[in-house]
Amino acid sequence: MSNIPSDLKFNESHEWARLESDGSITIGISDHAQNALGDLVFVEIPEAGRTLSKGEVAAVVESVKAASDVYSPLSGEVIEANESLGTSPEQVNTDPYGQGWLFKLKPSNLGELSSLLDAAAYAKIVEAASH
Amino acid sequence: MPFIPHTPSDVSEMLAAIGAPDIDALFDEIPAALRTPPPENLPQGLTEMQITRLMHARAQLDGQPLNFLGAGAYEHHIPAAVWAIVSRGEFYSAYTPYQAEASQGTLQVLYEFQTMMANLTGMQVSNASLYDGASALAEACLMAVRAHRQSRSARILVPATVHPDYRHVARAITTGQSLKFDVLPYGEEAGTLDLSSLERYSGQDITAVVVQHPNFFGLLEDVDAITDWAHAQGAMLIAVVNPVSLAIFKPPGEWGEKGADIVVGEGQPLGAPLASGGPYFGFMTTRMEYVRQMPGRLIGRTLDLDGKPGFSLTLQAREQHIRRSKATSNICTNQGLLVTAAAIHLSLLGATGLESVAAACQANTSALVEALTGIDGVRLRFAGPRFHEAVLQLDRQVDGVLQELARRNIAGGLDLSRHFPGLGNALLVCATETRTPEDIRTYAHVLAEILT
Repeated sequence: MSNIPSDLKFNESHEWARLESDGSITIGISDHAQNALGDLVFVEIPEAGRTLSKGEVAAVVESVKAASDVYSPLSGEVIEANESLGTSPEQVNTDPYGQGWLFKLKPSNLGELSSLLDAAAYAKIVEAASH
Repeated sequence: MPFIPHTPSDVSEMLAAIGAPDIDALFDEIPAALRTPPPENLPQGLTEMQITRLMHARAQLDGQPLNFLGAGAYEHHIPAAVWAIVSRGEFYSAYTPYQAEASQGTLQVLYEFQTMMANLTGMQVSNASLYDGASALAEACLMAVRAHRQSRSARILVPATVHPDYRHVARAITTGQSLKFDVLPYGEEAGTLDLSSLERYSGQDITAVVVQHPNFFGLLEDVDAITDWAHAQGAMLIAVVNPVSLAIFKPPGEWGEKGADIVVGEGQPLGAPLASGGPYFGFMTTRMEYVRQMPGRLIGRTLDLDGKPGFSLTLQAREQHIRRSKATSNICTNQGLLVTAAAIHLSLLGATGLESVAAACQANTSALVEALTGIDGVRLRFAGPRFHEAVLQLDRQVDGVLQELARRNIAGGLDLSRHFPGLGNALLVCATETRTPEDIRTYAHVLAEILT
């Protein structure tokens, strides 16, 4: 069973977003997603300063079998990317909601957060996908 | 199941089963204007003996001219062992086999090829080949745009001394991908990239600079200065090289302070026959930091659970069969058989053998230039150091001279007037290690007769 923390928001395409106390948004991929992809061997993260629109391709996660796009769940400017993934992409597998975060956004429209799925709604999608 | 065509009754039975009145009904979704009618004027079938005679007759029309034509495709001696080994059933497949459990030999050959190409170019990683040298350049330009994320311009500087066909192919393949190619002029006297023409791009956002070495005129570019200039501007450096020449020249990995970033070229000189223009193969090497932006397949060496070495296709997650429209490249086909030939060719020659070939090419071209420029009405256009080609200036139109030479069974070189009208009556000639002093004397003798 996938770990789906209740304090996060989710995209149908399996990204998670967390509103931090400083108003920034941390983004990663869900436990379900990392599990489905298998061992990650490479993560291409966006460079700081890049402006992203909601739904734009922001990162690429590559496993031994596939390379998948990661879509930004919100619009905003990339303020930091998780550089440690360059040498240790497996952090996404072992700790998708912690060490395995991908990038942080300064959101340009915080209202977009409410359009994302809450944990319960995302859990239904994951459950449906596993049948 | 025998592979025989369906009989008319098979066809009508199948059509009846699916309820289609005729074959055309199967394709009625395709507009008529897009359908190709059956070819007309095709002759009736021939017996094997008739076909053999026809093929011999056609081949004779090509003749076996004494060849002084290069310009990107080079006649080299290929040891008989190369294709004797390549044609073994284990290698000679209609398809490039990838299933690791079924094709360890093929994978190992590709791995060895990659190792040799990385060594030859002085780079860290090599792919297992592309279609040909020209498409490899196009791929290198696209790769530079992906790899150089700070650069937003997608502007690539390409000297006019890069093979004109390579420039055309690079443009054609990248059409619609918003790349901008700026062609830089060559020095009128030197025939190499005029470094001052780079200066007007100083401080601009340039994604990559291409340099061909030896260049299309056979001349050596100032690769150290060009590489350092590119890097000083924050641009990547794409090298287009002749693999044989690398046996005697500094590898691109050592150009300038930091070396080239991507190296591509045509692999044909490494064991592939001229064959009227193909099939050939392209090679590409780069630094480890760009490996994930490299198109094509890479073969890796690994250990199985029992600790035994094995070879496997790796870094293919961005390939077309997995990533569809978002693949790094959609022309990542690996020219497996030709690469096998190259790996065997290089193994048989060894580093010393390849060096002898390169040195003989250079020496023979010098001898050719000396012999031909001894004729009235022939002079050397560019005097700089060269590899195995040279531009000669004639005092009359090259086209007619080449036709006259062809009548005397000599392929005299390439008329440059089509690609470089500014050069006037210019002829590009080449002599590889296969040209003997007698061949060169013959050419000089016949050319002198034609010109006087």
